[in-house]
Amino acid sequence: MTVSTTHSLTVPPGLVIAPQLPDLLQPVKVRRGVLGFLRNHPTVAIGGALLLCLVLIGIFAPYLGTVDPTAIAPAKRTRAPSADFWFGTDLLGRDIYSRVLFGTRVSLTVGLSVATLATLAGLAIGLVSGFVRWADSILMRFVDGLMSIPPILLAVALMALTRGSVGNVILSITIAEIPRVSRLVRGVVLSLREQPYVDAAIASGTRTPMIILRHILPNTLAPMLVQATYVCASAMIVESILSFIGAGTPPTIPSWGNIMAEGRALWQIKPYIVFFPAAFLSVTVLAVNLLGDGLRDALDPRMAKSL
Amino acid sequence: MVSYILRRILATVPVMAIVALFVFSLLYIAPGDPAAVIAGDQASPADVERIRQSLGLDRPFLVQFGSWLWHILHGDLGTSIFTNLPVSSLIAQRIEPTLSLMAITLVLTIVLAVPLGVVAAWKAGSWVDRTIMTFAVFGFSLPVFVVGYVLAYVFALEFEWLPVQGYMPLSEGFWPWLENLILPAVALGCVYIALIARITRASMLEVLQQDYIRTARAKGMGQGSILFIHALKNAAVPIVTVIGLGIALLIGGAVVTESVFAIPGLGRLTVDAILRRDYPVIQGIVLLFSFLYVLINLLVDVTYTLVDPRIRY
Repeated sequence: MTVSTTHSLTVPPGLVIAPQLPDLLQPVKVRRGVLGFLRNHPTVAIGGALLLCLVLIGIFAPYLGTVDPTAIAPAKRTRAPSADFWFGTDLLGRDIYSRVLFGTRVSLTVGLSVATLATLAGLAIGLVSGFVRWADSILMRFVDGLMSIPPILLAVALMALTRGSVGNVILSITIAEIPRVSRLVRGVVLSLREQPYVDAAIASGTRTPMIILRHILPNTLAPMLVQATYVCASAMIVESILSFIGAGTPPTIPSWGNIMAEGRALWQIKPYIVFFPAAFLSVTVLAVNLLGDGLRDALDPRMAKSL
Repeated sequence: MVSYILRRILATVPVMAIVALFVFSLLYIAPGDPAAVIAGDQASPADVERIRQSLGLDRPFLVQFGSWLWHILHGDLGTSIFTNLPVSSLIAQRIEPTLSLMAITLVLTIVLAVPLGVVAAWKAGSWVDRTIMTFAVFGFSLPVFVVGYVLAYVFALEFEWLPVQGYMPLSEGFWPWLENLILPAVALGCVYIALIARITRASMLEVLQQDYIRTARAKGMGQGSILFIHALKNAAVPIVTVIGLGIALLIGGAVVTESVFAIPGLGRLTVDAILRRDYPVIQGIVLLFSFLYVLINLLVDVTYTLVDPRIRY
């Protein structure tokens, strides 16, 4: 703090001049609109842009110079990356570039489906257990039980019982993720129920469904959105792990985990078979995590500086 | 405090009961005849019948569950369909590598992640903080096998500093045992280190704003003792909680890490059991790991009272 000591005016004796105070309130440039939001939160922009690229790659996979990802060509086995085969070929002569690009579809489908399904199911369970006292103790005992099974093992146990298909993979991972989301929603609901505006709504005779719809649901959206991105990232990793250990999508479907599982036996001499799907997986998960971190900072400014 | 610990131990009983019920009923939730599911696609009707008989699947559900639970409480996890050996002895053969891997990863994580988080909180906003947190985001996003393959490629194949794959039992000597576990532990620990570093930083940031930290500074205490004695001790509860919860990540990751590094542990047993549809083995492993997880978190809850004497129950 600087105190003005230069007195240009003749000051009557005994009069104290107040020190010049620094501008406590710096003018803040308010950025509005989508672009403004993205400039304020660069991690959302970076993560979102990366994810958008990957979604586009997934959608337009057939038009990006790919060939049939399941076409076998025994004469062209395990070729190193070259101008003809950008990412090389695998044990059966299949083009890894095409397989990795088509694999984007599997990963994104699994990630987004699990995030949506687990969020909706968790929201339903969390709302019920936050509002219905007698259901709460029963539901939460089950959630506690499910939460004490490590999610990957739970998904593995479920997959061991069913036929490998993308639908079953989504279902298994969703079941493994639901407990965490339910816990989160329940926590948010319980704290919201203590808010004065909810008391006011109850006092003025608002029915419970309306209170949930008007006052509770909108406030759970922000933490749910953030949680959904983490569920999505985790689901994509679990999907690739399941495929990698042979309990995921059937080997006929080119998913990143499957490509890596097939390249596993040869990784010491042909590392590129494992490398490319691994790189795509890492970038995708990173994009989703960046998006999640950015959204958390943007939606909950109190948390922004701490985590 | 003793009554609290007793109550806490009793509270794990219903949780484990739910886990047991769930693991057991998985077989019945799955569509189709459980015996046929276990027997697989190539089984003859005689095989299916043999499995039905040997697992007692022809009895009522609750009778089956009761007898299964009774056996488990006596340490009998059933018999593997593929090898015909007791599941408990299969697990006993494979448990040492997995526990070794998890123990080393845990030590590595705590030794690395907590100081990293403390430094990041101390230098909050600086380039040091940003570098550590960027690494944390990457560590969080890189799947276990990606880190595993990169580490094995660089340190084992290129530099030949450490063995590529395999496992040496502790009875063969400490160094051979440790040498084989360094790369897998780093690979497995990546996610865990990122998680703990983040939570340490968050928890420390909150504590560093407290009045008693200012008092400590005002009375001329050194930075090191402020951070590690005053602040870390008060920030410990959330950190210890996440260390406990994060064990789930370690257990899941161990399955993959063992596949990448060819470690003959429980992870490999799981993978083999999946490929052979050896359901009793999978049930046994899931049950064991869940029990371990519940037990560790019970220990964590009990440590609270030791770490933080303000907590009274």
